[in-house]
Amino acid sequence: MSLIPPFDFQRVFVEPWAEGGALHGWILAMAVLVGMACGLVGNYLLLRRMALIGDAISHSVLPGLVLAFMLAHSRHIGVMFAGALAAGLVTVFLIEFIHKKSRVKPDAAICITFTTLFAIGVVLTSLIDKGGLHIDAECILYGEIAFVPLEPPVKILGRALGPQPVLQMLGVTAGVVVLIVLFYKELLASSFDPGLTASLGFNVTAMHYGLMAALSIVVVSAFEAVGAIMVVAMLIIPGMTAAQLSDHLATRHWLVGVHSILSGLLGLHLSVWLNCSMAGAMVLTGAGFFVLAWLFSPSQGMIHRWRRPDAPGDTVSQFQ
Amino acid sequence: MNPPSTRQDSQVDRTSANGAPSPLEIHDLTVAYHKKPVLYGIDLTVPAGTLVGIIGPNGAGKSTLIKAIMGQLPATSGWVRIFGQSFKEACTRVGYVPQRESVDWDFPVSVMDVVLMGRYGRLGLFKRPRLEDHDIARACLEKVKMLPFASRQIGNLSGGQQQRVFLARALAQESDLYLMDEPFAGVDAATESAIVMLLQELKTRGKTLLVVHHDLATAKDYFDNLLLLNMRLVAFGKTADVFTQEILQKTYGGRLTILSEVADTVRRQT
Ligand SMILES: Nc1ncnc2c1ncn2[C@@H]1O[C@H](COP(=O)(O)OP(=O)(O)OP(=O)(O)O)[C@@H](O)[C@H]1O
Ligand SMILES: [Mg+2]
Repeated sequence: MSLIPPFDFQRVFVEPWAEGGALHGWILAMAVLVGMACGLVGNYLLLRRMALIGDAISHSVLPGLVLAFMLAHSRHIGVMFAGALAAGLVTVFLIEFIHKKSRVKPDAAICITFTTLFAIGVVLTSLIDKGGLHIDAECILYGEIAFVPLEPPVKILGRALGPQPVLQMLGVTAGVVVLIVLFYKELLASSFDPGLTASLGFNVTAMHYGLMAALSIVVVSAFEAVGAIMVVAMLIIPGMTAAQLSDHLATRHWLVGVHSILSGLLGLHLSVWLNCSMAGAMVLTGAGFFVLAWLFSPSQGMIHRWRRPDAPGDTVSQFQ
Repeated sequence: MNPPSTRQDSQVDRTSANGAPSPLEIHDLTVAYHKKPVLYGIDLTVPAGTLVGIIGPNGAGKSTLIKAIMGQLPATSGWVRIFGQSFKEACTRVGYVPQRESVDWDFPVSVMDVVLMGRYGRLGLFKRPRLEDHDIARACLEKVKMLPFASRQIGNLSGGQQQRVFLARALAQESDLYLMDEPFAGVDAATESAIVMLLQELKTRGKTLLVVHHDLATAKDYFDNLLLLNMRLVAFGKTADVFTQEILQKTYGGRLTILSEVADTVRRQT
């Protein structure tokens, strides 16, 4: 039992905010923003049965970043975004190309594409290292949210606004929200029935690549700061939790927001208690909420099904 | 003295030189999957205000024809004109009912949401459905007797009910040309005859409908025109003229048509 430190309410819930409150505030803000941005995009990935694409893009972004870095000799955020965007779109294009032009199934096409791109990234990284430039693949893959407040702050008119990754993530999350508000009906229809949506005169391909572009941007801006585990997990877990609780897309979006606040907050306290990785604790908490939703969902939870085994079928008998 | 004709007049003249443009005109259309043609040289002009049944065996290319009309599949050769325009230009005038299995039934949309999607084309980018669109959607649901289910998630419906929802969505598009892929699949007899009445009502209002149908026994009564398809156009015309033993034999017959035999040989060689 010595593995698990004793639970002390004062130490776990009060002290983080009494001492170093600002520090924890920034961490929490980052966690919530990452959860929201990833979860909102993730809602659409789930609807389009593209959960694996998030995984793929979060790996294949590496060669994009390295190439952008080699070409521009800068780690400016515009350069990084351009690299990530290009890598994300190339990934999606390659996956579709392989899938369409051969008998390879989509899951296999995804795997071969992103592992190959990732390997290119690894090779490029070691080439750069030999050339005297240094890029830290470890850091790109295993960022840790606890270090976010230590990043240099953004200053406007001499006043420090906050750590650069948090503000950047705030911008990206706001962008995602604006896009979803603007294109809610187009995204809904093209995810549900691309054939019909195209026949109504909307550009379904543009929607698809737009979503993938947004995913690449979200992934790359979350990624460096919070690490791959958290990004990949947050793309899927909030959306899956919301899916257990609601059959309405807009409600699912709100639930993703609630999920990211709760899992960020409780995950932070869990990591203080267990003295463990914050990103890991937040992901675990998020997964815990998924299990709760899965068990207790009023409409489709395990408990509900167990008590009313015929639940989903009850509607057919009402047919005239 | 008549005033000189305005620009608008001349435009009307141009399109109506020999009557209004046909709702659907197909010329020499060939469609292929992975270089293997499944539809050959389709030539077709459908007059306005007709209810056309598309019949043919499984794999005849009925769904392919509909998808090609809507530009969802690229044509190897030939062209399609809808009201004298390309599909892109005329898309708001075309309503579509997909074959059932093309939809994810767990999707988080209600019956009402699905029917409202029929209005999206008219709304265009960014605009949300207005009160008026909700009214139209509700009226269309009423027509297919699905209004009581408006707030149900679509997965929680029987197959026939789902089919009626998609019909309501096509109605909500308020189109002039309807393309329906097996709207009667999995529907009970009462619903089927209700849908047929609805189709006939649309026809009398001047709409043009192309409906893929599988049941030869009823095809003759439901449709005033038939299009018999088996990789190529076997026949198209008034039901009384084309619903003959000989033509049906040609469409369905134990022996494949010559063209499909050729296609099979090619397929075996590649
Ligand atoms: N995505 C595809 N890729 C390759 N071949 C296809 C594809 N879809 C259809 N085909 C082939 O094209 C031919 C026509 O298919 P289509 O779906 O148009 O038939 P259909 O007349 O609608 O049949 P059904 O009555 O079964 O619905 C078939 O031989 C089929 O095998
Ligand atoms: Mg078909």
